[in-house]
Amino acid sequence: MSEKMINLVIDGKKIAIAEGTLLLEAAKSENVKIPTLCYHEDLCVAGNCRICVVEVEGWRTLPVACATPVMEGMVVYTNSPLVRRARRDVLAMLISEHSTQCTTCYRSTNCELQDLAAEYNIDNEIYINLLKDKVFTIDRSSWSIEKDESKCIRCQRCVRTCAELQKVNALDVIHRGAQMRVTTFFDTEMSDVVCTNCGQCINHCPTGALTERRYIDGIWDAIGDPTKHVIVQTAPAVRVALGEMLGYEPGARVTGQMVTALKRMGFDSVLDTDFSADLTIVEEAYELLQRLKRKLVNNEDIALPLMTSCSPAWIKFIEHMYPDYLDHLSSCKSPQQMFGAIAKTYYAKKRKLDPKDIVNVSIMPCSAKKFEANRMEMKDSGYPDIDLVCTTRELGHMIRQSGINFKELPDSEYDNFMGESSGAAVIFGVTGGVMEAALRTAYEVITGREVPFEGLNITSVRGMEGIRDAKIKLENVLPEWSFLEGVELAVAVAHGLTNAAQIMDDVVIGESPYHFIEIMGCPSGCIGGGGQPIPTNDEIRKKRAEAIYTEDEKKKIRKSHENPEVIKLYKEFLGAPLGELSHKLLHTKYTRRERV
Amino acid sequence: MAKKKVKRVDLIFKGCDCNKVLTDALKMPKEEIIQMLLDSELKGRGGAGFPTGLKWKMAAAEKGNRKYIICNADEGEPGTFKDREILDQIPLKVLGGMALAAYVTGAREGFIYLRHEYRFLIPKLEKTLETFHQWMEDFELDFTVKLFIGGGAYICGEETALIESMEGKRGEPRNKPPYPTHDGYLGKPTVVNNVETLVYSMMVMHIGSGEFKTMGVKGSSGSKLFSISGDTPKAGIHELELGMSLDDFVKEFGDGNTKSVQVGGASGFCVPRNRFKEVHVGYEDGLKGYSIPTGGSMMLFNSSRSMYNVLHNYLVFFEEESCGQCTPCRVGCQQLLKGVEAVKYGEKSHKYLDDLLHLAATMKLTAKCGLGQSVANSFSSIVENFREEMIY
Repeated sequence: MSEKMINLVIDGKKIAIAEGTLLLEAAKSENVKIPTLCYHEDLCVAGNCRICVVEVEGWRTLPVACATPVMEGMVVYTNSPLVRRARRDVLAMLISEHSTQCTTCYRSTNCELQDLAAEYNIDNEIYINLLKDKVFTIDRSSWSIEKDESKCIRCQRCVRTCAELQKVNALDVIHRGAQMRVTTFFDTEMSDVVCTNCGQCINHCPTGALTERRYIDGIWDAIGDPTKHVIVQTAPAVRVALGEMLGYEPGARVTGQMVTALKRMGFDSVLDTDFSADLTIVEEAYELLQRLKRKLVNNEDIALPLMTSCSPAWIKFIEHMYPDYLDHLSSCKSPQQMFGAIAKTYYAKKRKLDPKDIVNVSIMPCSAKKFEANRMEMKDSGYPDIDLVCTTRELGHMIRQSGINFKELPDSEYDNFMGESSGAAVIFGVTGGVMEAALRTAYEVITGREVPFEGLNITSVRGMEGIRDAKIKLENVLPEWSFLEGVELAVAVAHGLTNAAQIMDDVVIGESPYHFIEIMGCPSGCIGGGGQPIPTNDEIRKKRAEAIYTEDEKKKIRKSHENPEVIKLYKEFLGAPLGELSHKLLHTKYTRRERV
Repeated sequence: MAKKKVKRVDLIFKGCDCNKVLTDALKMPKEEIIQMLLDSELKGRGGAGFPTGLKWKMAAAEKGNRKYIICNADEGEPGTFKDREILDQIPLKVLGGMALAAYVTGAREGFIYLRHEYRFLIPKLEKTLETFHQWMEDFELDFTVKLFIGGGAYICGEETALIESMEGKRGEPRNKPPYPTHDGYLGKPTVVNNVETLVYSMMVMHIGSGEFKTMGVKGSSGSKLFSISGDTPKAGIHELELGMSLDDFVKEFGDGNTKSVQVGGASGFCVPRNRFKEVHVGYEDGLKGYSIPTGGSMMLFNSSRSMYNVLHNYLVFFEEESCGQCTPCRVGCQQLLKGVEAVKYGEKSHKYLDDLLHLAATMKLTAKCGLGQSVANSFSSIVENFREEMIY
């Protein structure tokens, strides 16, 4: 079917473009940048900030480019005097209800409103400051997310994010007119509302109204305390995004430089969450096999499909929304927590440290990890698995604070023990990665052979579609797993909680055809996490994903169960996967939560 | 075009056999009904003035068998109170208009979106609906009408906000296009007509488009109900031909000391005495000189009134009743209110009024919906004409 083409004129240039294209996109295709605030390509069009107005000949009003489709014969001006004046006024209005304390704002220099205000030279004195009569207190009740309404421009990007991408609806609009504001459902504190802490709202916020709760000072204090042994672990997705905070283009792999920077900042040991990601895979693969065995051989009433448990936003989501299905979750802790538990037991013993002197810091692409670290049950060693969690963004700030010229840094290697990892662990950072890693291990455990994919790349679970699935036939299995002979292992991958909900709805009605499902709370997985540099959009997520897969291919070891440190850990400390000590330290349980 | 003096009409409330009008109309081909409405040049009586025949034609042209007819009875414009009277006195004519629209467009369901404050009408309307549904059975027209009670927000009088609120969402206007005739209630083609418009569609069927057009002036044909209030000895609802000059209007309804007339309610325009002669009441494209459309609200103010207080009152209303969704309306209304207060109290120089007039112009150009584009009308027309009253 050939698309109907529409002819129009933009800023004097005649163009023909497909019917249905929005003026914003049409202008972009002509290299004309129209400013936006409420528009975000991840979200449905709102058209409420009105900054992207353009002039159309013969029209009574100025339409918004983000919501107006091209029409035949349209003559559009994107930069006429009328347009410029209108945009300045809209900006001045937004600023009149905005706390303009940019000097003390976490998002300063990375704020869409600030950028536009500078671009349009907005005079803050034109209109009356509307904030004067309003009292806003910053909501710091949540472990993960801070909300400062004085910086909200009511674009509702967070509202749409929470509803469309995550299906959580923690944030919404209340009241109208002058009282209209964006707040939590029922206007409760952030800690009391049904929120998964995923941080996608932060990532989609154009200003500093929503930010992660920051633990930077606590980390500096720990580093500065000579009695403490401060361990830092870095999650897989951080190394392919941190560069964006420090002058690199999206997709830059800065693993080595990041490690150098962390060492220079004064951490006592710079280790890798990838190590515990490998550990997670081994535990989880065996858990899957054990469940299959109990179901297929013993005919036990075992919950299948098994679902991954590495994403804390997903965990909180299922606890709230599908509390009757918690037995489907893998009991494995996430890599962050596994790392913490091993660090305060095995590592402490090996390094002759008192676990109470160890401070576990983790750098995560995620705001929900901050909540996860503070879960009551996460202290099986007798000490909190993890003490402080900061995001990729916070690390970027810390590196800048330390006066390090990041781009000039040489590469260095992670310390050990717990610094070694496989390519399978690296791809944890992208949707489909846990599945691919688990399959590389599980298939080999069952058949004694490598997964039958070229270069171990299980391309069928890769990609960016919201829900993907794949089947792998198990043939010529090892005698121990004979009950799996001929079984077609059905797996699925979902990312973004709206897609997770769709998967769960099938589980609820008993029609889920899968054995194993990977779910990540954020779009594209951790590379698109709520703690990642802003902006994050489709293009940037794709670049980060490519970088992750390159990182995998460059690794000598590609399979989790071949990580020598993991093998050593089992030999020296844990015994076998799913063993007694594993259960004590590496596995957890979940909490039923209310839906409202 | 010769100027018309104020001409009283007795059409809307006059008894007529609705059943007969419908019987005859429903025998006609649909296209003919649309043509009659187009010929009559009947325009929406809610204030925006979209040609009714065209709206029905657009909805009729849409494919699919699920379409809706919504009667907008969310009469919320300050100074308007005619729909309430229509629904109280002649609800069958309203329903008749809905049946016509349903017949023409193929809709099988309709709603009366009744504002919360008009709940007292519910028992009567429900009784009328029983009669009406019996008629529909007799006519073998598959069309049922339900009542939907609004929550009371002013913005829900805007058709897309009305639809949003019916869908259980916040009453906030949508982006247009798409228009409701294409993508309305539940994403289906929907005709939203004002109460009075629906009655006039019945009247056009009753008296014919030719007769209808003998009233009013070119481009603003027919008559309309006016809700007249303020400093007038004749406050109340009056049916008048469109196209009269304000001078004639004030001669008929003023108290001899009229300083200004607010045409079109709080979101309308304030016309000072020295412009009464040149300003007419009707749709914009139809009259020579200056013409102002109105949903029917006509407020008269005599020289004892402070125009600052009048404006302040409107602005307080809008500051609260803006849905708050778009920047120009949410922030603009607050700025205008705080701005006139600051000038009045001497906190800002009188020159600030010029800044605010610029802001008002931006609001008109950039707000998302018809309401947001018109909230500043009263501000700019009052400040331009009564500037000294804003300052001293």
